[in-house]
Amino acid sequence: MRLYADSAKCSGCRACLLACSLHLFGENNPKKAALAIVPHFPAPGTFEVKVCTQCGRCAEVCPVDAIHQNEKGAYYIEPDECTLCMACVEECPEGVVFTRPDVGYAWQCDLCGNCVEVCGPGVLWIAEREA
Amino acid sequence: MYGYAGRVLRVDLTRGIITREPTPEAVVRDYLGARGMGAYLLWTEVPKRTDPLGPGNKLFLSTGPLSGTLFPGAGKMDFTTKSPLTGGYAGASMGGMLAAELKYAGYDAVILEGISPRPVYLYIDDERVELRPADAYWGQGSLTLEKRLKDELGEDFQIATIGPAGEKLVKYACISHDFGRQAGRGGVGTVMGAKKLKAIAVRGSGGIPIADTAEFVRLAREAYRACKEAEGLEAWTRYGTMMVTSWCNENAALPTRNFQSGTFEQGASIYASVHRKTIVVTDKACFGCPSPCGKYSHSKKHNIYVEGPEYETNGMLGSDLGLGDIEDIAKANQLCDELGLDSISTGGTIAWAMECYEKGILNREQSGGLDLRFGNAEAVFDLIDRVAHRDGWLGNLLAEGVKRAASAVGQDSEKWAVHVKGMEQSAYDTHSATSMLLAYMTADVGAHHNRAWAITYDLAVGRDRVTPEKAAKVIELQHIRPLMDTLGCCRLQWVELGMPLSCYAPALQALTGVQRSWEDLLHISERIWNLTRMVWVREVEGFGRAWDSPATRFVREPAVGGVTDGKLTPPLAAQQMLDYYYEQRGWDANGIPTSETLQRLGLSDLVGDRSAWR
Repeated sequence: MRLYADSAKCSGCRACLLACSLHLFGENNPKKAALAIVPHFPAPGTFEVKVCTQCGRCAEVCPVDAIHQNEKGAYYIEPDECTLCMACVEECPEGVVFTRPDVGYAWQCDLCGNCVEVCGPGVLWIAEREA
Repeated sequence: MYGYAGRVLRVDLTRGIITREPTPEAVVRDYLGARGMGAYLLWTEVPKRTDPLGPGNKLFLSTGPLSGTLFPGAGKMDFTTKSPLTGGYAGASMGGMLAAELKYAGYDAVILEGISPRPVYLYIDDERVELRPADAYWGQGSLTLEKRLKDELGEDFQIATIGPAGEKLVKYACISHDFGRQAGRGGVGTVMGAKKLKAIAVRGSGGIPIADTAEFVRLAREAYRACKEAEGLEAWTRYGTMMVTSWCNENAALPTRNFQSGTFEQGASIYASVHRKTIVVTDKACFGCPSPCGKYSHSKKHNIYVEGPEYETNGMLGSDLGLGDIEDIAKANQLCDELGLDSISTGGTIAWAMECYEKGILNREQSGGLDLRFGNAEAVFDLIDRVAHRDGWLGNLLAEGVKRAASAVGQDSEKWAVHVKGMEQSAYDTHSATSMLLAYMTADVGAHHNRAWAITYDLAVGRDRVTPEKAAKVIELQHIRPLMDTLGCCRLQWVELGMPLSCYAPALQALTGVQRSWEDLLHISERIWNLTRMVWVREVEGFGRAWDSPATRFVREPAVGGVTDGKLTPPLAAQQMLDYYYEQRGWDANGIPTSETLQRLGLSDLVGDRSAWR
């Protein structure tokens, strides 16, 4: 499974980021989400949604094997094992492995689905990975 | 304090001193935030009869408890000041991303006081707060500067700017943000210009504390679900506020050629369907909004990008000026956004000038060579630019707003100066809609629609009827809708999607940990309404009933064409509506809150002896 996004439908409201940070950290803080919205304004006037494709390259490059898969097949970083070496952050082609100075590990999408639920325009959905 | 950042930022622009204060708990208890906090601060911090453009006036930015939280439409904040346009209370609500970012940076409100000796901008990056030189930005357009600041500081900064209109102290200059959101009305941008504050840039990394996170998230998800399952979501998302255009035109409420008519013969060419098909590129939302009304557009004809036009701008820069090409309206909209002008007041003021021109009261020499007939788009573009820069006799005159302009020109032109309390009326024709007329007469800032959008109620119960129930409906709406501004969220999820009002109080309680019923919240809203009324009483000499008079046009001169052809509201009918309204509000016959009313709302101590303010 993976999270999909149709950027053309995104209106940039960021409710998904809050649903995400509340799930991952119990905090109402969009800077602690595991997906990203990049606005392109004033021209061409579009939003670009960055989500984890579950490609697994993060796990491949992790030098301490701290990245595992959960029951939904999502790659996740075990906080206790992460050394914040930044290898996965730099490797991620979508730029959706995140760190913050006040968090002692890197994190990414765990396919909880809360972002999908609050998205008004239906930008996000979870489905099987395409081959 | 759960639901709040817990601090207020005070910026003394005269001395360049920045201080932080705890968000006062008693104010939060009695006024909640945003609009309520702004009204309280205006009352307590700005001395009586202060010059709106002098160092004594202040500009308050305030967020609400819901601002920036996981709740549908929680992207709202208020800008409050003493209005240079009307001389009374100005409270302008703004969406976008700034409210949320300000709270993440750790501030519920920002108090801007004094006047900077040179152009500056306010830089806020969590704890790092600085006044930085803005000489290099002075003169730049709002949209241009927002892009430049994002390039210089980072995309994740949220920016509010003023344009040349604010710098030149045009009386209805706005504050612009997020490439198309504005605190539009009452000259809040004028006050920012007077303070020589060109922009505010904010980035925050923190969160907002929640009293009961699990319960709040449960209620928030329920509220989002209600919005997503709403029947109206699809059409609303596709068209936004522009949906109203066709309804207004068919029901003779679309302002046409300075409100001479409510029906525009070219109306069908500026409907939402045409807009969507011709120029809309992206649906653009404010923070946390599941039903984005922002329609970001690209006009190939004029090679411009603009958010909009939304309905009010479509009416005031479109039909009210006789413009029937959606791309021309988009261009006029973009000019107002870039130059930093309130598009509603700009449209209303230019419409008055066009009528003067057609009636021969303004000649070609006075117009600076412009052929100001209704429908001349090129002349409109040119005049918007002249107003923003106070260029020439006419640009300078119109920069003062329609009331002062008509007073200066005279020759009966006051009769078609469409305003209440000096604020140009927004885009609903009220020749034959007595609730909406009353809503405009009594709105706390002047002739603005959003405090009580009662026109659909008029159509439902009989548009010409004069009844106490209509006054009651206006009061009910004046408490509910501004309450949403006070909470820091948008009203449109309730208005357009039917999100139940029962969603609000429980979510607020889970967020703040303070038990309040919906009735408690409405009581606070009524308190705020009466406090803003007392601002008028205090600030305007001789304030009273006459200030609630409707624009002359709607009571003296019948509408032309459409389903209200030949109709007007007789002056006595308007006065009867006002009698009903005052009585139900607990105000005296002159429209001043009685001592008993102030007592009932817990305002006696704050306001003191009300006769002292007369």
